[in-house]
Amino acid sequence: MRVALFLTCVNDTLYPDTGRAVVKLLTRLGVDVDFPMGQTCCGQAHYNTGYRHEAEPLARKFSDVFREYEAIVTPSGSCGAMVRELYPRMGERARAEGRGDTLARTLAPVVPKTYELTEFLADVLGVTDVGAYYPHKVTYHPTCHGLRSLGLGERPRRLLQAVKGLELVELPGAEECCGFGGTFAVKNSDVSAAMGTDKVRNAESTGADVLCAADNSCLMHIGGTMTRLRTSMRPVHIAEILASTEKEPLG
Amino acid sequence: MSGTFVGMPAFPKAAREAVHNTTLRGNLRHATHTIRAKREAAVAEVPDWAELREAGKQIKDHTLRHLDRYLVQLEESVTAAGGTVHWAADADEANRIVTYLVKATGESEVVKVKSMATQEIGLNEALEAEGIHAYETDLAELIVQLGKDRPSHILVPAIHRNRGEIRDIFAREMSEWGRPAPEGLTDTPAELADAARLHLREKFLRAKVGVSGANFMVADTGTLVVVESEGNGRMCLTLPETLISVVGIEKIVPTWQDLEVFLQTLPRSSTAERMNPYTSTWTGTTDEDGPSTFHLVLIDNGRTDTLADEVGRQALRCIRCSACLNVCPVYERAGGHAYGSVYPGPIGAILSPQLRGTGSEVDASLPYASSLCGACYEVCPVAIDIPEVLVHLRERIAQGGPATEQGAKVVLKPAKGHAAERAAMRAARWAFSHPGALRTGQRVASRTRRFHPRTLPGPGKAWSASRDLPALPAEPFRDWWQRTNGGRGDERMSGGSTSGGKDTGK
Repeated sequence: MRVALFLTCVNDTLYPDTGRAVVKLLTRLGVDVDFPMGQTCCGQAHYNTGYRHEAEPLARKFSDVFREYEAIVTPSGSCGAMVRELYPRMGERARAEGRGDTLARTLAPVVPKTYELTEFLADVLGVTDVGAYYPHKVTYHPTCHGLRSLGLGERPRRLLQAVKGLELVELPGAEECCGFGGTFAVKNSDVSAAMGTDKVRNAESTGADVLCAADNSCLMHIGGTMTRLRTSMRPVHIAEILASTEKEPLG
Repeated sequence: MSGTFVGMPAFPKAAREAVHNTTLRGNLRHATHTIRAKREAAVAEVPDWAELREAGKQIKDHTLRHLDRYLVQLEESVTAAGGTVHWAADADEANRIVTYLVKATGESEVVKVKSMATQEIGLNEALEAEGIHAYETDLAELIVQLGKDRPSHILVPAIHRNRGEIRDIFAREMSEWGRPAPEGLTDTPAELADAARLHLREKFLRAKVGVSGANFMVADTGTLVVVESEGNGRMCLTLPETLISVVGIEKIVPTWQDLEVFLQTLPRSSTAERMNPYTSTWTGTTDEDGPSTFHLVLIDNGRTDTLADEVGRQALRCIRCSACLNVCPVYERAGGHAYGSVYPGPIGAILSPQLRGTGSEVDASLPYASSLCGACYEVCPVAIDIPEVLVHLRERIAQGGPATEQGAKVVLKPAKGHAAERAAMRAARWAFSHPGALRTGQRVASRTRRFHPRTLPGPGKAWSASRDLPALPAEPFRDWWQRTNGGRGDERMSGGSTSGGKDTGK
């Protein structure tokens, strides 16, 4: 199966370890992974901040770069939701504005074959135990777009529960937003920070060493709050936990 | 604190004060979390909740699609049942009509049922200016009125107050308005309720004019419906000689059968009750039973403009349950007053900028008062995709575009204060359209990373005041991928082979 890794601009620039972990994990599971060099950004930040017209060329480019692959895998719930939920909406809006079907038709091929990482593992590969080893106490934060737009449900937790050595503890108020929200984090920084602090306090109350999520944007906000509050916990992307083995520990 | 929302600052500024008010944070957290959990349980026991939600959405959409027809039908039904229908294009017209109707009775006071529509138009203030006292009779509205405060929640307007604060307000203010609070009043709920009951009973028995809103209006029969918990509404709707109901035009349902859906979803979504204690319905007037004169004042006040917008019109499905407020993490921390409107929370953030337009500072800031987490959409009993409308309104503010104002199609200019953001978004789009440029930027950033501060000056403070910046990696992923031939050349990677290193980009 020829699979493209859509790493996302944030991970490419700031979190290459997550990218390496996805490559390592999928390769271990027998998947032929490619990283198309033409990829950049899905346009989510533009779209959600009110710049839909700036997001359109990025969406078209995404389709150009990825359309030939059998599956597109991304370690980000919100970027995955951008493609799956909002690309069709962009096509509809263009149609409603009298610009015809061109955009909708251009974007249509990539929509159904874009998968968030845990979705790809659970639904396409059908695996629960990915052969990982991670001897830490972990709590899982379901990020909003993965939870509500993609409906990831129990998939990430099931994958984590199957990891050897990992003790999964429930996060109080798990389904409450961490307060990142893209440009919300700076446009409404006081509310965003208050939400982040509450998330970190809840995570601390579990006694876990690691807060795990499937989206590094949220983890950047949570992690930045953790170091500022001088907590001993650390944020780790789920890909790094699932890629970790006894021989080559990660995260 | 003033009684109106005029001239409110932008949301972030008002929210900042609320976030640092620990009493308020505590009150809101306690109240929203309690009702959130109860709602979840009340909804979970309905096996066909998803179908009810879809039915509610469809009934509302159908009615809005044919609103012109249903409004005429409603007017005919109400008139045939002995009522008089008045049409008000905006708040001023509605206030003028109600003032005229009250004056015509010769009375100088009215008792009020809790009503969002009359708050939206500022009716109490308009009546007061004409020498007519309007007494709120809903317990929480009474607390707000006595405290010279503003409501901060649709369903529980005094959610920002705790028992001690309420006791103080009653003890201090009740004597100004009528029967004073009993001596030695404590903050136990039973004593507070008793004090309110005694104070209000005097008003119910004296009032000749009642003013209400309505949760629903049945076009078919001309019946109005008020759903409530306390029974004060029933008093106001039955004891006075004249009843004046002020209702938004979107509150219509075609038939009684349609009510079946909403009378299940509304109480469970709002108070987490299976059924609300009092459901009052009235159809025009009836001899020897209830008010002998009934006026219905239908208000538009921006609703037709909202209806003209393909994406935004779904906000008119709202049945004012406030489930979205109770589940919203932003509302929980910012409180209701920060929204600068009688409609706070997520629904307010999409309703106010549509009903009032995006001209004021607070209205232009409301669509950004959300992290787009989607919890509001998930709980909405009429499936309003609030995040979708928020983003749509952000677009209207940032980029301008078509809108309808007072019935006329206009093309809005981008709002002021977004020029730098617009330039940044355009620059980012350019860089993301040119992977080479992006890569150069990434490399420069990575290679200079030792010199990057962990906190930012200027506008970057908004991030770094509360959060550290992530450390930049030694190289971006794409450089690693090329350098190691897709990981095959990296000793840290092992097992299996990857197709590696192909440049399939354009």
